[in-house]
Amino acid sequence: MKSLRLLTAGLAGLVFAATAHAAGGAEHPHPPEGGWPFEGAIGKFDQASLQRGYQVYHEICSSCHSMKLLSYRNLGEPGGPFYDPAYPNPNMNPFVKALAAQNEILSPTPNDVGDYDFRPATPADRFRSPYANVEAARAANGGAAPPDLSVIVKARHGGASYIYRLLTGFPPDDAYVQRLVTPETIVTPYSDNGTPDDPSDDVAEVKTPAVYETLLDVSKLPSEHGSSEHEEGFLKINAGQHYNPYMAGDTTPNFEGDPRHAPPGGFLAMPPQLIEGRVEYTDGTKATPEQMAYDVAQFLAWASEPKQEHRKSLGLAVMVYLGLLAALLWFSYKQIWRKVDH
Amino acid sequence: MSGHESSYEPTNAFTRWLDSRLPIIRFAQDHAMNFPTPKNLNYWWTFGGILAVCLVVQIVTGVILAMHYSPGVDTAFASVERIMRDVPYGWLLRYIHSNGASMFFLAVYIHMFRGLYYGSYKAPREVLWVLGCVIYLLMMATAFLGYMLPWGQMSYHGSNVITGLFGAIPIIGDTIHTWIMGGPSIGNQTLQRFFSLHYLLPFMIAAVVVLHVWALHVPGNNNPTGVEVQDVEKETVPFHPYYTVKDAFAIVLFFMMFAVFVFYAPNVLGHADNYVQANPLVTPSHIVPEWYFLPFYAILRAITFDVGPIPAKLLGVIFMFAAIAVLFLLPWMDTSKVKSMRYRPVARQFFFGFVATCLLLGWCGASNPDDGVFGTPGKKLVVSYTDAGGAEITSEYDGGGEAYLDAKKFVESLPAGTNASISAVAKPTFQFRHLSLILTFAYFGYFILLFFVGLTESSKAVPESIHKSVLKRSKPSTATAIPAE
Repeated sequence: MKSLRLLTAGLAGLVFAATAHAAGGAEHPHPPEGGWPFEGAIGKFDQASLQRGYQVYHEICSSCHSMKLLSYRNLGEPGGPFYDPAYPNPNMNPFVKALAAQNEILSPTPNDVGDYDFRPATPADRFRSPYANVEAARAANGGAAPPDLSVIVKARHGGASYIYRLLTGFPPDDAYVQRLVTPETIVTPYSDNGTPDDPSDDVAEVKTPAVYETLLDVSKLPSEHGSSEHEEGFLKINAGQHYNPYMAGDTTPNFEGDPRHAPPGGFLAMPPQLIEGRVEYTDGTKATPEQMAYDVAQFLAWASEPKQEHRKSLGLAVMVYLGLLAALLWFSYKQIWRKVDH
Repeated sequence: MSGHESSYEPTNAFTRWLDSRLPIIRFAQDHAMNFPTPKNLNYWWTFGGILAVCLVVQIVTGVILAMHYSPGVDTAFASVERIMRDVPYGWLLRYIHSNGASMFFLAVYIHMFRGLYYGSYKAPREVLWVLGCVIYLLMMATAFLGYMLPWGQMSYHGSNVITGLFGAIPIIGDTIHTWIMGGPSIGNQTLQRFFSLHYLLPFMIAAVVVLHVWALHVPGNNNPTGVEVQDVEKETVPFHPYYTVKDAFAIVLFFMMFAVFVFYAPNVLGHADNYVQANPLVTPSHIVPEWYFLPFYAILRAITFDVGPIPAKLLGVIFMFAAIAVLFLLPWMDTSKVKSMRYRPVARQFFFGFVATCLLLGWCGASNPDDGVFGTPGKKLVVSYTDAGGAEITSEYDGGGEAYLDAKKFVESLPAGTNASISAVAKPTFQFRHLSLILTFAYFGYFILLFFVGLTESSKAVPESIHKSVLKRSKPSTATAIPAE
């Protein structure tokens, strides 16, 4: 009887755990070494990292990815990357004003004569979107519109760790090989028009360049991605696609090798972006791919939930209050019921 | 226990004047303060009060959220995020509301299982139980409608699955499906009607709660012994302050758990895909409802075969609705006169089995029906090709790396034009769909068992009265305090 009840209680816990767990064919995104400073019950964002993360977003990501739910003023709000206690109103923060003004946007409101002007953004403006609409975004990126990054950390299993691992998880360059599909051909279509002695009417040779396809040598993937078994085989990379072990998807159709050992992950249209030294950090931090990924993932975590720090600090006060109230009510209960057998 | 004497005495000219015109103070005092309540109620009885608080929390936060929410396919998603970012404490309101739904269901499930265990559905409380089932049904409708409102991927595709259920009804199904969606597909008109109904239903719940409390106050509370109150003086205490303080303590404990979710894990009960704006053209790989619907979702998907003229889909829908309908019939399905499972050793085992069944069904609902219950099985290789006659032929290879080499050699040996391909196919295993089917029968089996067990079981001795059972239990510690009666 007791054991059955324990079993039931255990099942309850298991079911809750199972509900939260997400299955998928992609590599599990572990947090970076040392974890995230904003995790845990009293975690806070690292402001310097948020600032660098904004720089990475602004200089790299923003050329393809919009963040439509954010305004420049958000950068100067409490808890934001450029919050300055001297300017409680972020619209007055000169640094935020300057950051906004770096971006030229199409004014969302018409001018005096009804036209829409391009002008430097103000803190009240939304982040500049790289494309006018989703069709333009799709057309410019081989049919796949880059997702908006406003809530991306909340919208992916694994959150900031997923962003971090995805950005740093592309296979190294030396894992790729080229394979000849059709060799180069040279033809001279209209051979000399039947007058071989007359060079003036010769048609030049028509050269069809060789066609290669890109393959990923799975055995050269860093061992952390592979299972215990050493896998062999080649993954065919379609033009405009990039393999990433953390991307959700299925690599089986592209895999030449034992289909039971197709590598985890999937394909995305975004090539590796964070190349050593691609940004020059204003604070002098060395811009390694890991550092940039860490900073931008933290920035995106902030952007997805700018009120997170406030939420946690209020939570602590609420828990303390409820704890005291519970203790008070417990003693009241004991006092009121002291004469009643129950 | 509505027959108890009213002890209200108007104290001044105004209350005397009011009492003879609208005896509202008398009513409040008789029902909210002096109502005689069995003194042996345990903490499982506090969930009624907790649920009342949950309803108030949902209505208050919901009304404020509605001031800022904008129901429209182009604006809904952004307006929810605007609430989270720009409305003062909007993040708090929204997280309380979204997690509050989960807390509400958690409490209602405990409340229902308590009713099942202590036989609170039996005479004279059948109407009380049926009204509770009506509330539960309205809660499910409200939660489903509300989940549509953030207009995320799961909102859209989950609603698509659920509204599609009505399409399984023969002959009139398609018409009903279109009528519910307000058009040929889910769109702006669906979102707006769902918002309107999501605002309406909680007030209908509140109205049925009034009936539920009324139906409670006629026979009075059940209690852990299942024995009715015989001596109001000895066996009951006034609701206030005895149960107001005990409920308040339990409510605060419940709030502490609630607050852990709201402040430290606000999205853990939700699904990441719902932070992606709805896109009818992209279907999430794994559509799952909110956790509180998972057992019913498992039952819906458990039937994967046609039975005679009834297609599998319709059968799944019938079973799912039957799983709720059977609750309404429960008072007349349990044949035992003994209420509390404390004194029904056989039925009690089945009760815990039923709780385990419901939890396991939830696990099945959360899992992919094709996955193995005991981990992922190995895969075998299947070579498929077409022969000269155009017939599809497959041959299987099983084993380690050498199986792949064999399969590859075989493919190379085939003549050109046979379109040979090698694929990996999971070996047959015990899948979640199988477990779901077994558990579905176990679910309904419980109610059928109650019918037969009640006819044959020999129950343990039921205490003569609440008072006696309390005395017996507290004798060791209070034997000296209570003189022999």
